[in-house]
Amino acid sequence: MVSLNFYLVLSAILFAIGTIGVLTRRNAIVIFMCVELMLNAVNLTFIAFSKYLGNLDGQIFVFFVMTVAAAEAAVGLALMIAYFKNRESIDVEDMNLMKW
Amino acid sequence: MDTIAIPAINLAVIAPEVVLSVVAMALLLINVFVKSEQKGYLGYLSIAGILGTLLMLIPAWGSSVEGFSGTIIQDNFAIFFKVIFLISAAMSILITDKYLEREGCNQGEIYPLILFATVGMMLMASGTDLMTIFLGLEVLSVSLYVLAGFNRNNIKSNEAGLKYFLLGAFSTGFLLYGMALTYGATGTTKIAKIASYIAMNGVSSSNLMLVAGMILMSTGFAFKVAAAPFHMWTPDVYEGAPTPMTAFMSVGPKAAGFAAFARVLLVALPALKPEWSSLLWVLAVLTMTVGNITALYQQNIKRMLAYSSIAHAGYILVGFTAGNAVGTAGILFYMLSYAFMNIGAFAIIILVGKKGEENSNVSDYAGFGYRHPVLGIAFCIFLFSLAGIPPAAGFIGKFYLFSGAIQAGYIWLAVIGVLNSAASVYYYLRVMVFMYFKEPTEDFEWVKLTPAFVLCLLIAVIGVLVPGVLPGLFLELAQKAVLM
Amino acid sequence: METLFFLIVAAIAVICSLMVVTNKNPINSALSLIMTFFCLATLYVMLEAPFMAAIQVIVYAGAIMVLIVFVIMLLNIKSEAGRRTSHALFMGISVGLLLLVQTWYLLVKSSLSSVRGTVDSAMISKVGHTELIGKSLFTDFLLPFEITSILLLVAIVGAVVLSKKKL
Repeated sequence: MVSLNFYLVLSAILFAIGTIGVLTRRNAIVIFMCVELMLNAVNLTFIAFSKYLGNLDGQIFVFFVMTVAAAEAAVGLALMIAYFKNRESIDVEDMNLMKW
Repeated sequence: MDTIAIPAINLAVIAPEVVLSVVAMALLLINVFVKSEQKGYLGYLSIAGILGTLLMLIPAWGSSVEGFSGTIIQDNFAIFFKVIFLISAAMSILITDKYLEREGCNQGEIYPLILFATVGMMLMASGTDLMTIFLGLEVLSVSLYVLAGFNRNNIKSNEAGLKYFLLGAFSTGFLLYGMALTYGATGTTKIAKIASYIAMNGVSSSNLMLVAGMILMSTGFAFKVAAAPFHMWTPDVYEGAPTPMTAFMSVGPKAAGFAAFARVLLVALPALKPEWSSLLWVLAVLTMTVGNITALYQQNIKRMLAYSSIAHAGYILVGFTAGNAVGTAGILFYMLSYAFMNIGAFAIIILVGKKGEENSNVSDYAGFGYRHPVLGIAFCIFLFSLAGIPPAAGFIGKFYLFSGAIQAGYIWLAVIGVLNSAASVYYYLRVMVFMYFKEPTEDFEWVKLTPAFVLCLLIAVIGVLVPGVLPGLFLELAQKAVLM
Repeated sequence: METLFFLIVAAIAVICSLMVVTNKNPINSALSLIMTFFCLATLYVMLEAPFMAAIQVIVYAGAIMVLIVFVIMLLNIKSEAGRRTSHALFMGISVGLLLLVQTWYLLVKSSLSSVRGTVDSAMISKVGHTELIGKSLFTDFLLPFEITSILLLVAIVGAVVLSKKKL
């Protein structure tokens, strides 16, 4: 059996890669994909814990995280389309109408 | 095949949430049949729904009922917060109608969305399982992303919605990671069981997984309540969002964030108090100072109030850091009075603004106090309360927050809080100086008062002055609602 | 043997997620992300959670990613012109590394909950994973399950409000 720590380290690496992506990319859709990557890293943590603790609560949590991800995707992409219609761009460095 | 034994379901616990959701769904259906000039009536229907929900909450006061196998509870703490959410939602709805007409985006869907957001907040306040809290938070956030970007022909509103969405989703990631680590360290997601596991096994700061979980959850909540250094989204979102929604966002969701935060820290993780109180100490000082100092430089009044709301989150964190009964009662009292004063101030801003909101600079308020004496006085009352000058309710609230900190031995924190509060008087007074001592630069458009606005302002003035003059009753209620 | 398999899958997952972050073309990022999701589904099977693996593929790799790819195509987004300012780049990488180091340290110094539940391999193979999840969902976690229905309704209404052509 693979040790729990392997899974935890893998999910930490994925979470960190996702975080770096969110903070360094400019395209709003790519940023959203990086957020999805972070959520998946968390899901892996939950399922690994669930297996090693022998209770299913963690997997139920993952179920809800997936629902939330779907809901956020629908609303987020609608927001991006609305923004794109007016701005012709979804680059976050262009989002500078309001500063200080 | 064996049947599943469904555990006892206590529907009475979620009755207020159910009623409000049903009203919201009914409004979605009614909306289809209502002509666009009459969408305002939907607002009155939703207020009727909110009043009905309030009436259901009042008899429940004093009892503490659990339900749904320990995923939700209705206690005084939850009820107190639910009343704050409902009042702020109702007041925001009162000022929404005319604004939408003026901006030309009169869509009836806004009312169900506000109600759904309120349901999300109520679930956050009464959730006793990390899953309930998380899902309540998401119901709230998803509705708020839409509400912030609701005026979809206005590019600023688009930008506000998109920014809020990206940063909100990002912070959700941290919150979830924290919840995952807490689950790993304690083997459960139920708040009561987390606490009893920690108490039984004596794990506390020695278990880093638990500490890391606490820190990551705090980060997630700090994003949601706009505490520095996680406040960057606040000014942009508050400025860009439709003003009634800014009013709504600056009160309800902040209170909901604090309610869930308080339940997690005070009920689930009291064993980690030394760790989290020092973390919150830093957050409180940073939040107050950054909010107040940046607010000093703002020309746009919506942005100024955004930074001021960051500063107010800081004051509340002071009471939180203390973590004692006085501080927690202070949080409850302050949130209640903050709802009245902030929504009142935003109502005035809506009245003064025009289509496209050109009148949102501080200098546009020149001479306002003479042109509209009654509105001027009301605005002054709200600003005085925000600044924490007696006899307004803001003063009593701050007094309790800071005395809670002193009682818990955080003298320096209280001193920094008082200094910050004094600095904040400057930028609130600056608006009043413009209102009374500057000549108007341009022709003032006549402010059109509707009965709904008058009602909202009246409630706000009463809500600021009565708890300020007679704090006893409200404090007693707040003390009964404390989690300890 | 199992560890070796884990390492291979994990390596593919990490490489693909790095490609999500570094690729200039959003479509390539999306495809790499789908690959990462498949790797995670494989790991879920190894963790004896076949139902989660199935919905990972169906919901995530299927529904959500199709939506994202669809929007990328709809908006016809070109490759990014450049990176973000060096300030943001520095912030991002330092925060990421900090998180990583912190987690590593944490693993060495912490202990898992000592309470063990009743669900083990024997039970999963006897009763079935889907049935266990279903039972749990409709008894202990009935309320959160109902809340998701509100959440999805809000998402539908929100998406319609924001992107319907004529209101």
